[in-house]
Amino acid sequence: MRLSLQIALRFLKSGKGQTVLIILGISIGVAVQLFIGSLIQGLQINLIDTTIGSSSQITIVPTNDEKIIKDWERAIYEAELFKPEVNKISVAASGPGTLDYEIDTAPILIRGFNFDEANKIYKFDEGLYKGELPVRKDEVSVGKELAIKAGIDIGDKILIQTPKGGLVRFLVTGLYDLGVASINDSWIVTDLKTAQNVLGLGNGVSTIEMQVEDVFNADLLSEKIAYTLSSNEVKVENWKDQNASLLSGLSGQSVSSNMIQIFVLVAVLLGISSVLAISVVQRSRQLGILKAMGIKDREASLIFVFQGLILGIIGAIVGVSFGFGLLYLFTKFAVRPDGTPVVPIYINPGFIALSGMFAIVSAMIASVIPARISSKLNPIEVIKNG
Amino acid sequence: MASIIRLEHIDKVYGEKIKTQVLFDINLSFEEGSFNAIIGQSGSGKSTLLNIVGTLDKPTDGEVYIKGKRTDIMNSEQLAELRNRTMGFIFQFHYLLPEFTAKENILMPHRIKNFKITKEVDEWADELLELTGLTKVKNNLATDMSGGQQQRTAIARALINRPAIILADEPTGNLDSDTSEIIYTLLRDINKKYNTTFITITHDQRIAEKTDRIIEIKDGRISLDAIR
Repeated sequence: MRLSLQIALRFLKSGKGQTVLIILGISIGVAVQLFIGSLIQGLQINLIDTTIGSSSQITIVPTNDEKIIKDWERAIYEAELFKPEVNKISVAASGPGTLDYEIDTAPILIRGFNFDEANKIYKFDEGLYKGELPVRKDEVSVGKELAIKAGIDIGDKILIQTPKGGLVRFLVTGLYDLGVASINDSWIVTDLKTAQNVLGLGNGVSTIEMQVEDVFNADLLSEKIAYTLSSNEVKVENWKDQNASLLSGLSGQSVSSNMIQIFVLVAVLLGISSVLAISVVQRSRQLGILKAMGIKDREASLIFVFQGLILGIIGAIVGVSFGFGLLYLFTKFAVRPDGTPVVPIYINPGFIALSGMFAIVSAMIASVIPARISSKLNPIEVIKNG
Repeated sequence: MASIIRLEHIDKVYGEKIKTQVLFDINLSFEEGSFNAIIGQSGSGKSTLLNIVGTLDKPTDGEVYIKGKRTDIMNSEQLAELRNRTMGFIFQFHYLLPEFTAKENILMPHRIKNFKITKEVDEWADELLELTGLTKVKNNLATDMSGGQQQRTAIARALINRPAIILADEPTGNLDSDTSEIIYTLLRDINKKYNTTFITITHDQRIAEKTDRIIEIKDGRISLDAIR
């Protein structure tokens, strides 16, 4: 064992050029694999986050004619049984309206929240760029796009027409920007009580909105919640059912990313394998004499397994550093005008460890053929042929 | 004296489709501590004979006994162990491992047997280096030595495990006559000092005449067997 290791090291050391080439080959393979993998993972996490990170992932909606959840406190209590899988719960009283402003009207959505809970999902507090969130009756916040379009600023009074024909006047206390144009353009955000009053919901709410720990588990979780809810005037929706095309896009992307990674690894494996196969032929003289001196076939083949192992380990380490280098360069140079990276890179230690392990295992597999040649080599062939 | 090597009815045929018989019914035995020369023209089968004795090659027919044990039916692992413990090889093209130094090459057969180098073995290696006049170049890589030095390294390597038998195939074949003379004197000294059995193939008539026994092979048969 130790002799095989020693001979393996000596062989690698004496063929420096070859050794460096193989290590470079493995490293580039690992680096590319790591880079692509991390990039795609980052891309997907980013995409999911921007799509559903600041919205309801599981939503309880009313099925009755009034479109009101009356006993919502009970429903929340029942949904809370699913903590910690469900980690954020907020209620909303919502309804359409029309904003009248100087030159035109605009369709809007009145959204009433308890901000303590709603901020955890929608992050109004973070998105507020002027003024403050409504605290008193008939105070509202308006989104950036709508504010610009209608020329609204804080301190202004706005006039809203409700579906039931009423006209209400709100005081604008803050302007927000959630980064989503459709929300910025239409939501008039207020507290729960105001919305309930204006929309005539009484004590009811329009939706119960939730975020969950594992977003990809939302569909299963929503089924369980639906089963648990005692009210028969509600149903439970989840983001996966509403975003089927996004999901199939993501899974297609994962498959193609995995394919690329696998083929990169196969190319690496073939590369190592061929170089090691050449090296076993180059060393056949030495192997012949070692066998004449009594080295056992198993040990003779171990020489090449060790070579593969050593090359794999060094290649993996160098490759992972290369990969990080690539990711670093990517976050430095592929940036938006404001300096943030186009795709935030997601560093997944498990994935990195796995790709390093893959390189080592590939190198070991690649050494199987040379090891077999080495094991089968008959010393007499070498001795006879000089 | 007891015979340490015994060959009984050895035939050797090469080739599958076109068969070429190179050895015909060879019967030979070698005594412990003897110094034997095998001579013969090239293609006579003498190297094949030596390789069969050295268990590197197997006879097509017949039996080979080394120290009373039949070797032609052993598996490769048993043979490897037998070669390592009881035989030393010296070839014409010395076959050192170019990746290792002279001393490491000499210690290699011991490392194959037992990776750990004890103080005793280390001293024995130094003694062999001294005996072969290689002390100065012991840390040179095999490629940084002259032909004569490399051949002496191979001799020291053949001796490290104190084998009972040393098989040499034209050990001085590619050396000048002065160096050949020195090497044979060295082999002879070792033969006397450690009672090692030598079988050496040589082209050199003068050297053959200094051995205990000359065996001539001609067309795969023993044509002369002279003990002096």
